[in-house]
Amino acid sequence: MALPNKPMGELKAVRDPEVEEREVDVLIVGGGMAACGAAFEVKKWMSDDQKVLMVDKAALERSGAVAQGLSAINTYVGENKPEDYVRMVRNDLMGIVREDLIFDLGLHVDDSVHLFEEWGLPIWKKSAEGKTLDGKKGQSMGTLKSGAAPVRTGKWQIMINGESYKRIVAEAAKLAIGEENVLERVFIVELLLDANKENQIAGAVGFSVRENKVFIIKCKTMVVACGGAVNIYQPRSVGEGKGRAWYPVWNSGSTYTLCMKVGAELSMMENRFTPARFKDGYGPVGAWFLLFKAKTLNGLGENFAASAAAKAELESYAPYGTAAITPTCLRNHLMLFEMKEGRGPIMMDTVTALAELGKTMDKKELKHLESEAWEDFLDMTCGQANLWCATNTEPEKKNSEVMPTEPYLLGSHSGCCGLWTSGPDEAWVPDAYKIKADNGKVYNRMTTVNGLFTAGDGVGCSGHKFSSGSHAEGRMAAKQLVRYAKDHADYKPAIALSNAELVDIVYKPVRTYLDHCAYTTADDVNPNYIKPNGMMYRMMKAGHEYGAGTATFYQTTSKNLEIVMDLLETMREDNEKLAAGDLHELMRAWEIQHRIWTLESHLRHIQFRKETRYPGFYYQADYPGQDDKNWFCFVNSKYDPKAQKWDIFKKDYIKIIKD
Amino acid sequence: MPSFVIAEKCDGCKGGDKTACMYICPNDLMVLEPNEMKAYNQEPDQCWECFSCVKICPTQAIEVRGYADFVPLGSSVMPMLGTEDVMWTCKFRNGTIKRFKFPIRTTPEGQANAYLGLKGKDLEGGLLSTEESDGTALRGPAADQLA
Repeated sequence: MALPNKPMGELKAVRDPEVEEREVDVLIVGGGMAACGAAFEVKKWMSDDQKVLMVDKAALERSGAVAQGLSAINTYVGENKPEDYVRMVRNDLMGIVREDLIFDLGLHVDDSVHLFEEWGLPIWKKSAEGKTLDGKKGQSMGTLKSGAAPVRTGKWQIMINGESYKRIVAEAAKLAIGEENVLERVFIVELLLDANKENQIAGAVGFSVRENKVFIIKCKTMVVACGGAVNIYQPRSVGEGKGRAWYPVWNSGSTYTLCMKVGAELSMMENRFTPARFKDGYGPVGAWFLLFKAKTLNGLGENFAASAAAKAELESYAPYGTAAITPTCLRNHLMLFEMKEGRGPIMMDTVTALAELGKTMDKKELKHLESEAWEDFLDMTCGQANLWCATNTEPEKKNSEVMPTEPYLLGSHSGCCGLWTSGPDEAWVPDAYKIKADNGKVYNRMTTVNGLFTAGDGVGCSGHKFSSGSHAEGRMAAKQLVRYAKDHADYKPAIALSNAELVDIVYKPVRTYLDHCAYTTADDVNPNYIKPNGMMYRMMKAGHEYGAGTATFYQTTSKNLEIVMDLLETMREDNEKLAAGDLHELMRAWEIQHRIWTLESHLRHIQFRKETRYPGFYYQADYPGQDDKNWFCFVNSKYDPKAQKWDIFKKDYIKIIKD
Repeated sequence: MPSFVIAEKCDGCKGGDKTACMYICPNDLMVLEPNEMKAYNQEPDQCWECFSCVKICPTQAIEVRGYADFVPLGSSVMPMLGTEDVMWTCKFRNGTIKRFKFPIRTTPEGQANAYLGLKGKDLEGGLLSTEESDGTALRGPAADQLA
């Protein structure tokens, strides 16, 4: 047998890849819901002489957070008012949100949902008798757009048969933008600023994960929508199960890192999400709470969330804790309190819930109910269904444990970290929320870098967009991209670095590998380099132990944060020695760099905010509790690419919608 | 629960223009070994169990085995993706079998309306293209709702 000091993958990397140059007016980086929204909308506004390109690191048909499917659309305003949507999001995120962005999204999200239904997404409907009809039978009631009633689980969610949700949305996106304008399996790793115009985006550089080729793409303007950040903390399952992340395991924080490295301002990066989900399988609990009316019990069998002690605890976080819907972080906080007091584990009482529902149902309806419970998993977390099968769990006979996950960073779900972007150019939007470009004009969803936009998980301070809102936001951004490109028709992007210098950057891990791999007899152990897999464990361990990971029940301290910042600094230095022998590994080498930058920004923000704004998501033990007097504000940060220095500062919160 | 390829059933999609599982995997895990003409999952601990490879495989050569670190052996979950529905067969460790059928789309594949002819008019305004063509009016927050 040959010595194992050879690259493992099937697609070997070479020292000198081909180079392909492109120049377009509008570039879309990403392939998920937001990017597909942008792809659908962009040509509706472009003139015939403008060019667009979309770049996805995977295949559009199954990329992004909705790849596996979804069992619900979590944001459909419908009969409700966008003003109330703002109130719901504000309360869930403990008061500090961008109400302009949220209201604006609330105005447009339904249009995307109506398109999804027209494209073929099956949406559940209420029959005339108030019974539930699945997406196929429900067609007899007409469309949502024509006034048919959806099946609500809570005020804002509607149920769907969403196994093919992403395939349908991707199909429309590809048809609209034109297949010839989509590059799949190309991973963008760095953005490029203009050589002559200060603070102006000029392009991006990336590589193919299928052939040895570097792409250098110039553009007048771009949207970066590559999702949130997953597996930046050591997950609860550290073997094969670390793939079973709650959010998509391939979301590598690229949105935040790409933008922050060219100087775009970040906001609320201290915010995170540690959803309580069915333990290990990470199947959704929303339908169990809202559709099946299940309760969670502590280890003593008590409905702890309804106890007097829980109510008293929630009162200390008024007005958020005392609102009709308890914020997500505080629901976690109550659960963690039980666990720390020795009253775990937390169980979802599926048995009682289904028995209660069964009292008013006939056999056929019960069968249908069972099928709905399974579909909730099979549509979006097939692995949870298998875990139930493997553990002989039938929910009507056996309860299942619930557990808060490892931390995730995102801006579209019940979290709000991301980029600081401009709100719409409307009279009701405060000036402080408008970012003026070089020409003095305001472009909705533009970051603080001219011509650089984001959407979905990328837009900070405005969570609860989910799949539908991300799609709508991608469309909103797309219109602004075209407007920006038209207003800058004379701008000719110029890149300071030569093609050879760009290739040096992108293929550095390959060259490091080829230079040194023969030195030792085993591929992964070599003092001259570190493999992405090793660096991943190093990053996960640092955050886990010092940065409020699950190891400490999400608690950190100022001293711990100092230690982890030191660890991150050496990680960034050692990233210069990342090595990749094949194209898949080169992708991992860049992903880990994106993750490390994202984690660092997260911890810098936690370090700066001297309070515990989100108990249940994380605790700064030196500053327990909320300090509205000093910290009822956004925290923003900016990395200066020239000086290579961070700046972090407060930004005023402005209330737009009254209580 | 990493996906695995049954050696006997996989033909590397040799009759097709691409290796289906390699084409679809969102995390670039499925690869073709060109000498044997068979695919495999190159990084099982990065598998999200999204079942995209299982659903697309033309020879039903791909299945999923529960994550070694928390799933007992003996169960299986298998989808059959049709044009309108998906059929799931869920086999329990104790032998219980449950089957479910759910709709997946209500239109023929490939025919989503991309509004190819639609051109927006007011680039300075805040409406999306289809909102504009529907005659939707844009509004701000109601006056009595402002802080």
